[in-house]
Amino acid sequence: MAEVVVLLDLWVSPFGQRCRIALAEKGVAYEYKEEYKEEDWTNKSPLLLQSNPVHKKVPVLIHDGKPVCESLIIVQYIYEVWSDGAPLLPADPYARAQARFWGDFVDKKIYECGTRLWKLKGEAQQEAKKELIEILKLLQAELGDKKYFGGDAFGYVDIALVPFCAWFYTYKACGGLSVEAEVPKLAAWGRRCMERESVAKTLYDPLKVYEFVCHLKKKYGIE
Amino acid sequence: MDQQPPIPPSDLKLLGSWADSHTHRVQLALKLKGLPFQYQEEDPLRPSAALLLHNPVYENLPVLLHRGCPVLHSTIILHFLDDTWPLHRLLLPSDPFDRATARFWSHFADDKLAPAVAAVFSSAGDGQRAAVDQVHQNLKLLERELGDGGAFAGRRFFGGDEIGFLDIVLGCGSYWLAVFEEVMEVKLVDPEAFPRFHAWLRDFEDQTEVKETIPAIDKLLEYARAVRQMMLGGGAAAAAAGGDNAATN
Repeated sequence: MAEVVVLLDLWVSPFGQRCRIALAEKGVAYEYKEEYKEEDWTNKSPLLLQSNPVHKKVPVLIHDGKPVCESLIIVQYIYEVWSDGAPLLPADPYARAQARFWGDFVDKKIYECGTRLWKLKGEAQQEAKKELIEILKLLQAELGDKKYFGGDAFGYVDIALVPFCAWFYTYKACGGLSVEAEVPKLAAWGRRCMERESVAKTLYDPLKVYEFVCHLKKKYGIE
Repeated sequence: MDQQPPIPPSDLKLLGSWADSHTHRVQLALKLKGLPFQYQEEDPLRPSAALLLHNPVYENLPVLLHRGCPVLHSTIILHFLDDTWPLHRLLLPSDPFDRATARFWSHFADDKLAPAVAAVFSSAGDGQRAAVDQVHQNLKLLERELGDGGAFAGRRFFGGDEIGFLDIVLGCGSYWLAVFEEVMEVKLVDPEAFPRFHAWLRDFEDQTEVKETIPAIDKLLEYARAVRQMMLGGGAAAAAAGGDNAATN
């Protein structure tokens, strides 16, 4: 019997993109459903409210009617269910623990700090810029000279972080943070990831992301 | 069935703090899996050189050292224990959907419930009433999942017949509810409002390994009172004294 896989998502969401990349890596066919029609954040479909009653947020993966919520939990689920082929995490338990640590680090730090960078002005923005540079430097140090965070294999930490590459232009345009200048090895890693079909087909043009952010800022009267 | 060789106690060392619920999670997990370990008490306010070396990013507890290599964050440590010792009692469920559900509610515990409980402790007046309300909202969600149609319907524990990953995560920390109820004189876990959660917590705390792990309630009360006094301006010495007394008794 064919499996039914549905992803409730928002086109620009880096969290949703993690799931799309994982599904593409695994070659899983799914139905994509866009939420928040016309960028009305209150316009949540009944399916979303029913599938994620606790947080009422995307992304949500619905597999044969059963919902899985939160992007990194969804990514782990995808790899555990469709377990043929390349694994998400390294085989060694200690390396796995490290991958989980850095995935969690990306999750806790990047979006929150990045949002402050494009949203705020003056001293608060400068503070966010400083913090984000430190965060990116830590990640660059963890990457080292490896091809991917997982070594030769594209994996968990890569998937957690790569959607934010489409936001680098916004960080520069809004906050004066040049990822290329501050963390060139990380920027190079981003370009390597873009050579993967799953990533290239999922991430949007950074200019489109910037347009979205500008539109948001106007909408909320931030300037 | 393959047997894994006995583990030398020196292979595992836990850096923790006696009143830290995340430390208790790891201690309980190690006990449930029957893994011997060394323990080093740390002062969260005065991190040791070892802690700073092994956890430079967050400088927090607990840290599990396996043959000298650090594993950080209690939930990651629990995953690590299952990955490394899969033939010892498994903490996480094996079904991918059950694992996703356990991970979701574990994240909820740390991201929503724990901060709400902490807010009860650190606030007063209207702020505290709002914090108590938030705790109730969160407990309602868990109560629902334990009921008919919920993810854990009909189960004695979140892990099933035995305690598992989510029980450890939720349970080690839920004792603060009773402590704060007494210290703050608020009602958090009303057995009438949350009968299933209340029953689960009682059964969890009745487990032998849990009783061996969680400090005596009077020590926790003493500690909480001292910290509360400090927050209200009693000074750091009061909190330190409370902590030291409770730790060494």
